[in-house]
Amino acid sequence: MIAPPKPDLITVNVDGREIAVPKGTNVIEAARLVGVDVPHYCYHPKLSVSGNCRMCLIEIGMPAVDPVSRTPFPVAASGMPRINWMPRPQIGCATNVAPGMHIRTNSPLIKDCREGVMEFLLINHPLDCPICDQAGECKLQEQSTGYGRGYSRFIEQKNVKPKRTPLGPRVTLDDERCILCSRCIRFCKEIVKDDVLGFTDRGSYSTLSCFPGRALANNYSLNTVDICPVGALTSTDFRFKMRVWFLKQTNSIDAESSVGANTVVWSREGVIYRITPRRNDEVNDTWLPDSARELYKAIHASDRLVAVKVNGTDSALEFAVGAATGLFRSSAGAIAVVGSGRSSVEEQFLTRKLADALEAPTHLVSRVGQGDEILISADRNPNVRGALVVGLIQALPKTRVAGDATPSSRLTNGDVGVAAPVRTGGLTELAAQIDAGRIKAVVSLGEDLAAAGLTATQLAKISIVYLGTHANATSAVAKVAVPTLTVFEKSGTFVNQQFRLQKFSRAVPGPVGATDDLVVLAKLVAAATGTKIADEIGPLWSVLATEVPALRTVTVANLPATGLLLDGTPWAVLPFAEGATLHYKPAAEPAAAGALKS
Amino acid sequence: MAVIPVERKPLTLVERTYLPQILGGLKTTLRHFVTPKQTMEYPEQRPAIPPGYRGVPVLVKDPHGREKCVSCQLCEFVCPPKAIRITPGEISADAPDAHVERAPREFDIDMLRCIYCGLCQEVCPEEAIFLQNQYSMSGYTRAEMINHKDRLYELGGTLPDQHFKWDKKKAAEVAGNAGH
Repeated sequence: MIAPPKPDLITVNVDGREIAVPKGTNVIEAARLVGVDVPHYCYHPKLSVSGNCRMCLIEIGMPAVDPVSRTPFPVAASGMPRINWMPRPQIGCATNVAPGMHIRTNSPLIKDCREGVMEFLLINHPLDCPICDQAGECKLQEQSTGYGRGYSRFIEQKNVKPKRTPLGPRVTLDDERCILCSRCIRFCKEIVKDDVLGFTDRGSYSTLSCFPGRALANNYSLNTVDICPVGALTSTDFRFKMRVWFLKQTNSIDAESSVGANTVVWSREGVIYRITPRRNDEVNDTWLPDSARELYKAIHASDRLVAVKVNGTDSALEFAVGAATGLFRSSAGAIAVVGSGRSSVEEQFLTRKLADALEAPTHLVSRVGQGDEILISADRNPNVRGALVVGLIQALPKTRVAGDATPSSRLTNGDVGVAAPVRTGGLTELAAQIDAGRIKAVVSLGEDLAAAGLTATQLAKISIVYLGTHANATSAVAKVAVPTLTVFEKSGTFVNQQFRLQKFSRAVPGPVGATDDLVVLAKLVAAATGTKIADEIGPLWSVLATEVPALRTVTVANLPATGLLLDGTPWAVLPFAEGATLHYKPAAEPAAAGALKS
Repeated sequence: MAVIPVERKPLTLVERTYLPQILGGLKTTLRHFVTPKQTMEYPEQRPAIPPGYRGVPVLVKDPHGREKCVSCQLCEFVCPPKAIRITPGEISADAPDAHVERAPREFDIDMLRCIYCGLCQEVCPEEAIFLQNQYSMSGYTRAEMINHKDRLYELGGTLPDQHFKWDKKKAAEVAGNAGH
């Protein structure tokens, strides 16, 4: 693994261009900084260096120095120092730069090296490209275009290895395609600390396999598919589903926990086929949990809401807004708003606006599970900090005690994710107020009030306005139910556990009948206040910038792809649920503020 | 512009009988009775198709009856009018062709879109799609003009090539590494 960049820079020369790079950078990364691509298979920037593929061979040399005075020999004509090139090429991944080092990546020797390495790698590699899922994003395919021979001189029989070995519930291995780079082995060992993979046999018979009695079943197993430079490790789910060159890539955010791992959603003609990680060195490096890759399946779930319902019968959005307005009027002063930590920042802002207009108290449903200390945090709401930033809530919702667990909810896919159930709660105050008869109507932003701890009798006492994506106990009894969009069907922003504002974009259109949450909320706010409010991201952000102090200088259009760190100090004392994750350390004394405002 | 009246020459007596003109016409007609025919009785008679003709694209099987297409979707990608639509599928592990792994679950070619360019045939790495001699497509509805997978194989038949690439692959798999 590369050491974090240190401030002391050293100057090296790559293909005649000088560049200052941090000390400890290897040659591949230094060359990348000047825009020179050094082909490689086994090297991965987030894993240890193994140096076994030999593809990144480069030539290095140092300026010649006078042995007595230790000063460089200048060449008379150009005034440049003479370079003593090493007679043999070196691997770029395991060579750290040194001051004054000269690197050649385009010499005839290096071209010969790459062609030789490619020929050896292709000796036993099957010509599977037409049936291989990696085709189109395969490093071996790319480099054989540049350095391949085009025909094979190998007249012997190719090696035969197992073609479809299930390594675990989600990964299928085609051993013939494996080029023995060992990235997957190092990933399991170093990142997940679940050392289940290894090579058996020797030489060209080497075969990747699981240790006997073990399976590649951890929640990060599909990352091995991502980092496999060839098509040896394939996702059982995505296998033979669609060729990658047809898929449109949309940047998104993993909404299953407050880590906010960056993702790419791959879709074609409105159908999502897979979700892969997007590199963000401050959040998720290049990794993504397997559970995050299955979230898109909720889009076409059979319990998806697609019809506006008023009192249980199909209706239209205008009538639903009218019915909700009537409800607001009839139970004025006895309304509560249940916001969601799964809503985007923009939706939470409009929710606050709605609560302000109705003079309603706001609540937030908490979801606390067990963190895995990598990319799933204990707080399973992706955007609780967004609710704090826009002022929807002032304090964190109270979590329910352990043992009072409800089955894990949809977004935390129990069979894939961490086995521990997610405790959904935070509505004890609301329950008490309903029992006391002080609350008669509740607006719920996609939250199942029954799962969050309200009893059926309490639900029967109140009239519910429900905006959500899937059917549940709350939508079934809601007076007004409006179907809305999932995170893949709308754009917006989340604030993750580091107070990093990250945006996600619409990958696919929503189903017929579902309306954007912002549009519904804006209509409700307009009905409650009598004044129109923006219902699109762009215009809404100008309102956000004026009304939310923490977002004063932020524009969503210029938000970097890696997110923008907000100042989280006003909320630093709150007792957040998260433990440490890959790039997050909880505050030293989280319990200090238990009494704050709550 | 001035108008110049032209006097029409009066017809002679022979011309007024019309006989030379009728005979001249009959001569042309009689000549066509004996010269070779330029047309054919189309539905009953069909023209000979020259080699390299680009007719309706179809799918073919190999001499052992295995469908050659592995649904790599390159033809779908290269098709300029987007006439081809493939749903890839997996060959189940207990099938005789399990070592091929992929086969199209659905393969549709919209003949109302196809421009007979032949790029699909050119790009196919498995030599599974060919523009053959069939040139006449007709139907009463748009749906009829979409060739589905079974129709494509019915039109395509068998390609008598002797590559047997996948049979060789299977033989190597059965033999294992014993020969090394």
